[in-house]
Amino acid sequence: MEFHVNHPILFLMVAALIALVLAQSVYFLVKALHRCKQIGMDPVKVRKTIKTAALFTIAPAVSIVISVITLSKSLGLPLPWLRLSVIGSLSYEAIAASNAMSAMGLELGKVTSLTAQQYVNITLVMTISIMMGIWLVPAISKKLLGGMSTLESKDAKWANIFQNALFIGMISAFVGYVFCDVSRLWIPGDYSATSGLVPVCVMVVSALIMVVCGTLMKKKRFAWMGDYALPLSLVLGMASAIPITAWLG
Amino acid sequence: MKKNLSYIDSVHREGTIWNLTVMVLLMAFPVAVALVFDAAPDWGALVMGLVATAPMYWTVGAIEVLTYVPMLGAGGSYLSFVTGNISNLKLPCALNALEQNGVSANSEEGELISTIAIATSSIVTTVIIIIGVICIVPLTPILEAEILTPAFAQMLPALFGGLGVAFVSRNWKLALAPVSLMLVLFIFVPALNAGTVGIMVPVSVLFTLGTARILYKKGVL
Repeated sequence: MEFHVNHPILFLMVAALIALVLAQSVYFLVKALHRCKQIGMDPVKVRKTIKTAALFTIAPAVSIVISVITLSKSLGLPLPWLRLSVIGSLSYEAIAASNAMSAMGLELGKVTSLTAQQYVNITLVMTISIMMGIWLVPAISKKLLGGMSTLESKDAKWANIFQNALFIGMISAFVGYVFCDVSRLWIPGDYSATSGLVPVCVMVVSALIMVVCGTLMKKKRFAWMGDYALPLSLVLGMASAIPITAWLG
Repeated sequence: MKKNLSYIDSVHREGTIWNLTVMVLLMAFPVAVALVFDAAPDWGALVMGLVATAPMYWTVGAIEVLTYVPMLGAGGSYLSFVTGNISNLKLPCALNALEQNGVSANSEEGELISTIAIATSSIVTTVIIIIGVICIVPLTPILEAEILTPAFAQMLPALFGGLGVAFVSRNWKLALAPVSLMLVLFIFVPALNAGTVGIMVPVSVLFTLGTARILYKKGVL
């Protein structure tokens, strides 16, 4: 059978795998909803959670579609579709594909067609490299979460602070990352000096929108805004990047 | 036997079955391609490609599991480590849901809310990607339009602006030291950028836990 990167058989295999992953998400959702009913959780709360999560996901998911389009130019459509629907992210997959290709003397983005052997090599490198989390979670998560429960029973206040510290630690790293190009102001290069301020300004706009939503939510007739605060700050923050980039470069 | 399993134990048991099944079938994909198209791998290039990629990815993967599992909860972890995009989508989604409902991640309610948010996000993401793949021809010129490029390039700052202000303002004593440290490091160490932020997450988390312990012992928190 003659191979090409968009062969219908590849689409069929990938679609079957993605259907399985979709089934896992549906299974866990139904299981959690059933448990919510059992323990008498407020159904309004649960519906709100689903609505906000769905709304919040739209913009990042569209950005993943863009990543699929980017990678599809070198790898065809089925492989990026699989890799970005299951485990992967653009940065991981681009590096893995690039390493696999350079080991065969090829360059990602400059290849117009691949042989079946090259495709198998790239797929194997991308798949084997990304597998750690998928088996390590079953191996250690029970112990890890059991440790958290023990902590909770020994010292509930410290357990709460511990949990917040995990979240704050993660957020701090990303807040720091937003400032990583600020040094362009004093380090000359092939870019506009103020371009490093674009992500900072976008973050400030998004934070301000969140503050406005938070203030409005305190008034009874705007309480509904709680469901939309984060999706709104995300989308308007992203939209603000268009004029800010035009201004600062 | 089955009846005696608690909800959380059944999540671990079923999560293990799901994750290992997905793992085996994912590995079967390149094997199936090789068989269908009668193409054995180039073993030398495969080893070279793996040596250049796998050790780093496995290390980052192990650190991610240790860092993210306590934040995601059981159901959320099994799903997130299959569907990916954790720090830029699944975890913020779960954090926002916990925050919105005012529940602790350590409670059963928190576990359920986190699982529901992550499962919903995974389903929506998968469906949107499917639509994107089906409509790739008409969508490509729109999504790749020059005017929209800056918006998608700045997704993370827009995401962590909104999420950050909500969490940092309520935990400002706890956030002061790690935010300051990360700002100094990211501004003045040129090696730290978009590619290395994933490695800095566990560094920041460990530092925050250390300072939290000191502040707790001193009665500041």
